[in-house]
Amino acid sequence: MMNILIAGVGGQGTLLTSKVLGKYALLSGMDCKLSEVHGMSQRGGSVTTHVRIGEKIHSPVIWEGGADMIIAFETLEAIRVKHYLKEDGVLLVNDARILPMPCITGAVTYPEGLKERILKEYNRAYFVNAKEMAQQAGNEKATNVVMLGCLCRLFDFDKALMEEAITACVPERFKELNIKAFNIGYEKVK
Amino acid sequence: MKELMLTNEAVARGAYEAGVRVLSAYPGTPSTEIAESVAKYDEIYSEWAPNEKVAVEVAVGASVAGARAMACMKHVGLNVAADPLFTAAYTGINGGLVIVVADDPGMHSSQNEQDSRFYARSAHVPMLEPSDAQEAKDFVKIAFEMSEKYDTPVILRLTTRVAHSRSLVELCEREEVELRPYEKSVAKYAMMPANAIVRHRVVEERDSELAKNVNGMSINRAEYTSRSKIGVVCSGVVYEYVKEALPNANVFKIGTIHPIPLDAIKEFANKVSQLFVIEELEPFIEKQLKAAGIKCRGKDIFSLQGEISVAKILEKFERKEIPIPEKTAPRPPVMCAGCPHRGVFYVLNKLKLTVNGDIGCYTLGAQPPLSAVDTVLCMGGSVTMAHGFKKATDGKSNNIAVIGDSTFLHSGVTGLINAVYNQSGITLMILDNSTTGMTGHQNHPATGKNIKGEPAPVVLLDELCKACGVKDVRVVDAYDVSAVETAVKECIASDEVNVIIAQRPCALLDKSPKPKAVVKDCRKCGMCMKIGCPAIMKTPNGIVIDPNQCTGCGVCTQLCPFGCITIDKEGK
Repeated sequence: MMNILIAGVGGQGTLLTSKVLGKYALLSGMDCKLSEVHGMSQRGGSVTTHVRIGEKIHSPVIWEGGADMIIAFETLEAIRVKHYLKEDGVLLVNDARILPMPCITGAVTYPEGLKERILKEYNRAYFVNAKEMAQQAGNEKATNVVMLGCLCRLFDFDKALMEEAITACVPERFKELNIKAFNIGYEKVK
Repeated sequence: MKELMLTNEAVARGAYEAGVRVLSAYPGTPSTEIAESVAKYDEIYSEWAPNEKVAVEVAVGASVAGARAMACMKHVGLNVAADPLFTAAYTGINGGLVIVVADDPGMHSSQNEQDSRFYARSAHVPMLEPSDAQEAKDFVKIAFEMSEKYDTPVILRLTTRVAHSRSLVELCEREEVELRPYEKSVAKYAMMPANAIVRHRVVEERDSELAKNVNGMSINRAEYTSRSKIGVVCSGVVYEYVKEALPNANVFKIGTIHPIPLDAIKEFANKVSQLFVIEELEPFIEKQLKAAGIKCRGKDIFSLQGEISVAKILEKFERKEIPIPEKTAPRPPVMCAGCPHRGVFYVLNKLKLTVNGDIGCYTLGAQPPLSAVDTVLCMGGSVTMAHGFKKATDGKSNNIAVIGDSTFLHSGVTGLINAVYNQSGITLMILDNSTTGMTGHQNHPATGKNIKGEPAPVVLLDELCKACGVKDVRVVDAYDVSAVETAVKECIASDEVNVIIAQRPCALLDKSPKPKAVVKDCRKCGMCMKIGCPAIMKTPNGIVIDPNQCTGCGVCTQLCPFGCITIDKEGK
């Protein structure tokens, strides 16, 4: 059983990431459930999608303290969902900072030192600069697929199968870019 | 072959396989993808209706004409469609009729948390509730069989976590269902007192028969284990939570949420030491069990509000503490960069008007820094509330109604007719972004395209308003801040009902590269920060505009008193 929580800001591609993982589960003959949120929260707000893969899955939603892994596309979003992580879970964070509107307007300040705090609190926390790697692949919008590459290596998922899943989920014209981004992320994790 | 499907897609697939011929729907989270997915099947005629009442009536018409038909909506949409629903329960059907309603416990994208299960009881219409995508598809087929067997509409109820989760579905072929011949029967299809009195009796008889028969249906089942003595009664996604959290418990899974299988649950209750009902929102099941003399616990343990979760069940049954989220800077949803509503709300806030808002993306205009919405009630409620404000204050209230194009066609136009007829002198702003924005860009009668994206006749909003009797109808460019301000000032000064249509397509519709705004020598006055654009960020050296987010709408360039922000026409 594998519970992966994906957290990000609306528009960062959390939905595509979960779809690829779902496809991966399907290709490997496992049961799988995904949960996503549409509508209002997608407009630049906090977004989470839930991926559950295993022999037989009941709940489509991961519960607090039940995630084997959290992929966060933004540091503040990692803070927001970290209580979902199991005690020995893995926290994979994109080392990025996107200011929420209340911080832009000055009503609230964006907390400092989040990265240091997470690294201190969690034995299995990893920060990657996925945006830079995506730019290296040719488009910073592929940040989510870079993170998938990191996850694939960290959890020892079948690389060829994951590439097949990505190919099945992205439009043909973005296939090459995404596979490239995926491999850059994959190679980054040692 | 198995596919990973969104439950809403699986409902659509169920409609396809069940031989549905006609579908009508109005978009609303979390139900929207059902109709969008049905539109991909050419075997089914599908359409976006202007509202849910229309959708249900279209489906009833198609059913009486002999076709299997479906209507889909979110929970509040069923309020709008309640009128035809209650009487369709009397007329019954000809071809099978299924109404899909998606509730939103936890209000992920809704203005209330109503429990639509009560509609089924109140209208005396059977209701089924699936737990995942496979069941959703299966239940659609069962719903059509029940509809035709018992001569009744059947409601399929989803909740957000069911509608918006993906799970594996086994696909089947479509079964073509012949159009049933329509036979004139005034006694059955023309509801007036003499006929309706007879039909009401039929409805009650049907309800009693169903209440008996549902006990034998396989979608209502007891799952016994020898590992525990407690029993849990549940349905929908809560069943999945219970199976996850309490794998040892005996479980009674309800598939027919109305009528509930009381006899079968009684039998189950007799075999367990203690009975619990776990359900989201109201104690709908619990109260019926208690009324039938079945001892159980439910809402004394679980909240009437929000969603049930695995963690909440573990907390109550296993005393496991729920890990608490860290309090940190919130990230509420915001209007997108380039949103055509931004400049309008800036003006309304600046003029300190009381703004009667409506349902859509523009509800976000209530958030700081725009802070320009005072009231939000329901679809179309802006126009009518504005009328009420005027009438209550003898026309002195300094208010304006703001509504989107799709919402105006949904139920704003009747309010406008009322304002003209009863002479309240309101000003109505229609924020025409040429789409149904919040639900993900669905076409509507004023976009010129149908549900499949094919060309369709256009309802012209300005002509429609004029036909309602509004003499002063103005069209302005939503990006032109001073034009918007002038129009608003002039209109609110008038005693007549007038309409301002602020036009600009939703910024998400056109993704072609455009010239971006650039900043030079920022004086840090903060004027551009008043519009809450996510592309504009404050730094110690002045503001910075993110070229990846900026759409070049130019609203910020009009606000900068020093002309420091310009559109870079040379750039890409």
